[in-house]
Amino acid sequence: MRVVTLTINDQLLSGRDDETILQVAKAHNIQIPTLCQLDGLSTWGGCRLCLVHIHGSDKLSPACVTKVTEGMVVETESERLNKYRHTIVEMLYTEGNHICSVCVSNNNCELQSTAQNLGIDHISLPYLYPSRTVDASHERFVFDPNRCILCTRCVRVCDEIEGAHTWDVAGRGINSHLITDLNEAWGESTSCTSCGKCVEVCPTGSLYEKGKAGGEMVKHAEFLTYIEEMRKNHK
Amino acid sequence: MNANNLNNSKAQTIRSNDDLLLCAEREKDRQAQYKQNLFVCMGTACQSCGSTEVLKALSSRIKDLGLEKDYLISPGGCQGNCSQAPLVSVHPQNVLYQNISPQNTNDIIGSLKGSPIKELSCDNQSSFFARQTRIVTEYRGLLNPERIEDYIAVGGFSSLLKVLTQMSPSQVIQEITCSGLRGRGGAGYPTGLKWSTVAKANDSQKYVICNADEGDPGAFMNRNVLEDYPYKILEGMTIAGYAVGANQGYVYVRAEYDVAVKRVENAIKNMQRLALLGNSIGNTSFNFNLEVRVGGGAFVCGEETALIASIEGGRALPSPRPPYPAESGLWGHPTLINNVETYGHIAPIIRNGSQWFANIGTQKSKGTKTFALSGCIKNTGLVEVALGTTLREMIFDIGGGVPEGRKFKAVQTGGPAGGCIPESQLDASIDYESLKSLGSFMGSGGMIVMDDSSCMVDVAKYFMQFCAAESCGKCIPCRVGTVHIYDLLNKITKGEASLEDLSQLESLCDVVQNTSLCGLGQGAPNPVLSTLHFFKDEYIAHIVDHICPAGACGPKGQDLRRPACVL
Repeated sequence: MRVVTLTINDQLLSGRDDETILQVAKAHNIQIPTLCQLDGLSTWGGCRLCLVHIHGSDKLSPACVTKVTEGMVVETESERLNKYRHTIVEMLYTEGNHICSVCVSNNNCELQSTAQNLGIDHISLPYLYPSRTVDASHERFVFDPNRCILCTRCVRVCDEIEGAHTWDVAGRGINSHLITDLNEAWGESTSCTSCGKCVEVCPTGSLYEKGKAGGEMVKHAEFLTYIEEMRKNHK
Repeated sequence: MNANNLNNSKAQTIRSNDDLLLCAEREKDRQAQYKQNLFVCMGTACQSCGSTEVLKALSSRIKDLGLEKDYLISPGGCQGNCSQAPLVSVHPQNVLYQNISPQNTNDIIGSLKGSPIKELSCDNQSSFFARQTRIVTEYRGLLNPERIEDYIAVGGFSSLLKVLTQMSPSQVIQEITCSGLRGRGGAGYPTGLKWSTVAKANDSQKYVICNADEGDPGAFMNRNVLEDYPYKILEGMTIAGYAVGANQGYVYVRAEYDVAVKRVENAIKNMQRLALLGNSIGNTSFNFNLEVRVGGGAFVCGEETALIASIEGGRALPSPRPPYPAESGLWGHPTLINNVETYGHIAPIIRNGSQWFANIGTQKSKGTKTFALSGCIKNTGLVEVALGTTLREMIFDIGGGVPEGRKFKAVQTGGPAGGCIPESQLDASIDYESLKSLGSFMGSGGMIVMDDSSCMVDVAKYFMQFCAAESCGKCIPCRVGTVHIYDLLNKITKGEASLEDLSQLESLCDVVQNTSLCGLGQGAPNPVLSTLHFFKDEYIAHIVDHICPAGACGPKGQDLRRPACVL
C-alpha cells in the first residue's frame, strides 16, 4: 500500500493506492452519484452514474472501480456528465413503474434523491409501462418489481454476506428481472433465511416490510460496514 | 510387447522434428498412391446443400467400380464461394465443380480420365479466387479437416516444434510483435503487446483462450476457419501457451457451430494421440492441454470478460476493465484471450518469419483478414484479402458486384457495432484506421452488401433490435437506452416521428455510446450514427415527408401513416 496524491475537482487530496476514486472522494465530502455501489458489498459497475473524467483519458471511467493513482486529475462534474447522469436516471424512471406518491419509500428513496440532486423535474423519454407482478408471498416482506432498478444489491448481500444466494437475475436486456430461488415465489423459498438484509440495502421501495404505508419504509444499510469491519478484525 | 509393436507405438507420437517429417512423408506417399484426389466440401453451407449425400454417392460409386485404389474421395474444407454449394474439387488437375448433386456422380467419375465437364465447372481462376491472399485459409479445400496427417503433410506443427526447440518464449513474442499482427476480433489491439503483458504477469497459473463466439449478423469467418483449419488454430494456441507460460487453454465456441465443435474436439484428440498436446510436448518441459467450452449463444459472450464469466460457469456478464484479463482473467489468473483468426496467423508467421508477414498489408494494418461477403452480392462466401484492399475491389472485383438490375447502396461492416458505408466512400482501404474514420469498424469481418431496395433507417432499426435483444441487462444505458433508440427508429419508419424525436435519438446515441459498460453497448449506436451521417436525407424523408424512399418501410412514395386498407 502506498499513499498517493491526486486532484479531484481542482482540490488536491491524498488517498491510498488501493482505494477507488469514489472512496477518496467520499472521504473528502465530494459527492458522486451512484445507485449500485454500497460500502461492504462487491462493486458492480452497472449503474454508470459515477462516471467521471480522468485527464489524459478520452473515455469516462466509473469512479466505483477505478483505483486512484499518483498525480491523477479527476473531474466529477461537467455539463456532459450531468447530461449523461440525467438521461440514465430518466431511463430508470421509464423502465419501471415508479409512482413516488404511493410508494412506501417516498422521501426515503435513493432513486428519488438522486433525481432531486440532479435537478430532474420531468421525464422527457417515453414511459415503457411494463407489466410486472408483485410478490407478497413472504410472511414479512414484499417484493415489488415495478420499483426495482436492478442494482443487484439484494443479490450481492444475500450471496456475499448472508451466504444464502436466494436472489438472482434472470432474463436478458430489458427483460432482466429478479428471481428468488429457481424462479419460485419468495414465500416458498427454501434458501431464504428471512434475515431482511436485502430489504435494508434496497435503494428504492422495491423491497419493503409488510405493513408499511406510504413513506414509512426507512432503510438501514449501515450494518454492512460493521460486518465488514468485524470480518476484517477477525482475519 | 514385441519389437515391431514397440516401433509402431513410438512412431505414433511426434516427439521431434524428425518424427514430424517422417509423418509428413508417409502421408505424402499415401496420397501419391492415388491418381487423383477428390475433395467434397464439408463446410456448413455445402453440407446444408447436400454435400454429405454427394460424398456418399461418390464414395460408393467408386467402390462399386473397384476404383478405390485409383481415386481418393475425401471430405474437404470450404472453397469460399459458398453461393455455388455444394462444391467438389479434383486434384492435381485443380478443377472445381459447383452446384453438385448425387446425380452428377457418374459424370464426374466418367470425366476423371478425360477432360473436365464444362457445364459443371467453376472458374477457379476468376478474380474471386485470384485476388485473394491466403494465410489463414492457406491450402483452401485441400485438407481433410478431420485428419491431422493432412495438416502435417503441408508443414503443420513445424512451427510448434521450432518454437519449442529453438526459440525462447520472449523470442516468440518478439517475432509476433515484429510481424505487426493485430487482434482479428475487431478492435485491432497489437497481438505481441497483449502476449507480452500476459507473459510478464507474475503467476504460476495462466490460461489461453480462443474466442470463437462469433455472433455478428452476417458473419461466418470464425466458423469456417475453425471448421477447416482446426489444427492450425490449436497449433497457434499451443505456441501462445508456450510464449506466455500457460499450461491450459480453452476454445470457447458457440453451441450453434456444431460442425466446428466436433472438428475441434476431434482435432484435440488427434493432437493428444500424437503427443502434440499433454505433458513434455516435443520432448521439452512444456506441458499444455486444451479443452472446448461450448457457449449458450448469447452475443455478449464474445466480450472477453463476459466470456470468461461464462467459462467459469457464471452468468455471462461483462465486468469493468481494468483489471484486464491479461492481469486477472479466468478464475483470477492472467489470461490471454485472442480471436480464432489471430491464432490462425501464428503458425504461418513463425514458419515464414515476421518480415514476410509485415510486408503484406498497410503501414499500420499488417497481413490479411478474412471477410464473410453476404447480402445483395453475386459471390457470397468467405474471402481472405490483404489489408489495404479497397472496399470497391472487395465488392465489385472479388464479390462480383450487386446482381444485375440492382444498384449498390451501402456496405455494412463490423456487425452490430459497425456502420454503413456509402458508394462515395468505396475507395477507402480496408484497414483498422480507415474503417474507423468512416464511422464503421473492422469487427470480426462481416460484410453485408445492400442495394437500393434497402432503407437505411430500417437497417439501423434491425441492428438496434439485435443489440437490445442481446444486451445482458447489467448496465442501464445499454439495457434501457437501446430499447428507447429502437422505439424511436420504429416511430420514424412508421412516419410518425418529429424532428424533436430525431434530436432525442442523437442525444440517446451519445449517452449509450459513452456510458455503457462494455463494447456491446458502446458500439450499439454505431449503425444509427453512421446512417445518420451518410444517409440523413432518408431520415428526413421519413420524418418530414412521411415517405420511405427505398420502399422498404411501406410502398414507395406512399404516405407511411396511411393504413394499408381501411376496409
